[in-house]
Amino acid sequence: MNRENETLWTLKSEYVHRLAKQGLRVDNRDAFEYRDIEVTPGYVTRSPGSALVKLGNTTVLAGISMDVGTPFQDTPNEGVIMTGAELVPLASPTFESGPPSEDAIELARVVDRGIRESKAIDLEKLVIEEGEKVWMVFIDLHILDYDGNLFDASALAAMAALMHTNVPKYEDEKVIRTESSMKMPLRRVPVETTFAKIGDTLLLDPVLDEEKAADVRLTIATTDDGYICASQKGGSGALTVEEIEMIIDKSFEKGDFLRGILKDNMKG
Amino acid sequence: MGGKSEVPLLDKNGKRIDGRDLEELRPVKMEVGVLKKADGSAYVEWGGNKVIAAVYGPREVLPKHLANPYKAVLKYRYNMAPFSVDDRKRPGPDRRSIEISKISREALERVVMLEYFPNTMIDVFVEILQADAGTRCAALTAASLALADAGIPMRDVVAACAAGKIDGKVVLDLKKEEDNYGEADMPIAISPRTGEIVLFQMDGLMTKDEYMKALRLAVEGARKINEIQKETLKDKYKITNLSGGDNNE
Repeated sequence: MNRENETLWTLKSEYVHRLAKQGLRVDNRDAFEYRDIEVTPGYVTRSPGSALVKLGNTTVLAGISMDVGTPFQDTPNEGVIMTGAELVPLASPTFESGPPSEDAIELARVVDRGIRESKAIDLEKLVIEEGEKVWMVFIDLHILDYDGNLFDASALAAMAALMHTNVPKYEDEKVIRTESSMKMPLRRVPVETTFAKIGDTLLLDPVLDEEKAADVRLTIATTDDGYICASQKGGSGALTVEEIEMIIDKSFEKGDFLRGILKDNMKG
Repeated sequence: MGGKSEVPLLDKNGKRIDGRDLEELRPVKMEVGVLKKADGSAYVEWGGNKVIAAVYGPREVLPKHLANPYKAVLKYRYNMAPFSVDDRKRPGPDRRSIEISKISREALERVVMLEYFPNTMIDVFVEILQADAGTRCAALTAASLALADAGIPMRDVVAACAAGKIDGKVVLDLKKEEDNYGEADMPIAISPRTGEIVLFQMDGLMTKDEYMKALRLAVEGARKINEIQKETLKDKYKITNLSGGDNNE
């Protein structure tokens, strides 16, 4: 991380901690309140599915690409999901160009896990010829503006993009991108909710200043039918079993809130 | 990878494929000081997992610009040998091992007293020689032992263990077939003195009740692992300290 910023971060961190102790936040939100969320599906029209998500100032563009490839040997009757994330340098002074950083890899893998492990995509419907040819779903996350909580914004953008994806036609060994064969077959709606612990205070949806000041972060992915499908702790702090239990309850509640936004968006 | 279990993972008596009960750990063996060159080292055999960990440092920070004037830089490298799994693993770091290395390092940052060694680096290397699910837990367990063996001051010795769900039942310490065909996996690590959770991941499908049951079970498992860690460290001093003199921990 940028060394010259260290003093500044230390001062900000003390401020965030002081506020947290009084039950306050830098942007006057309640502890378990999301920032304003805007979802714009179909933001890029070249892609068979995309969505731009703004979570406060944090901006993530998710784009889906569809291609035909061979399935994995152990799952011959399933399509393939691949998720990547790029923390592009225009999004933050701390992002650098080059191969994906460990933060980018973790982000992509946690978003991937929420979608994969919930079996959100009906992968059996993406088989063209069993064991030979299947649809490959590439989910690419482009981080455009970084003001904290990339996990929730990215998972929401990925899901919004998938909900608006049309699977192209495949005829005579060719992908016809101008025509659609079906909507992306979806079975569940997973979303991710991220909490930060500052001192002894738990907060939902940390902004960048809170994220930097936090000792630990916990991301929970829930489904619309009452399951937890992924979890990931980050940061060098620790959590108690009781804190995790409390976060689980909140993440179902807030997950339903996020799913409500996705649903409204489908109508609009 | 979360496929349907075509093979039953539990028999009619509720026993698992290797004859274990639902809440039973696989056999675990540990040893410290197994490598000559390293400042500290440990070997952990955990069911079908064979893992070796080494610690170098505190030593000079490379590359130099990473040096921190307030505390030591902790590095953690989880690496799988190409022959550790059925299908050869391409050598070198892949996305999975980069993620595991990150969260394992964060777990250790909680307990290692990095503030004692500003402008230095502590390297933790873990090699998976043979994998049978639960390698990140075995690796972190070995890494903590190696750090203790290197004499690095720590607030606690981190212990790890996983719980999960197979055939609809919450179970402790999944082996490979259970991980592949089971429904969920939750690897965790604790700081045993406080009971806090320092590493935590989960994937698969679990209800809240199953999730909390798995979490509590994994914490209990990690506590058992910690008992073996403590015995292992004590054993080392039984052998080397023939005079029986004390060592102020």
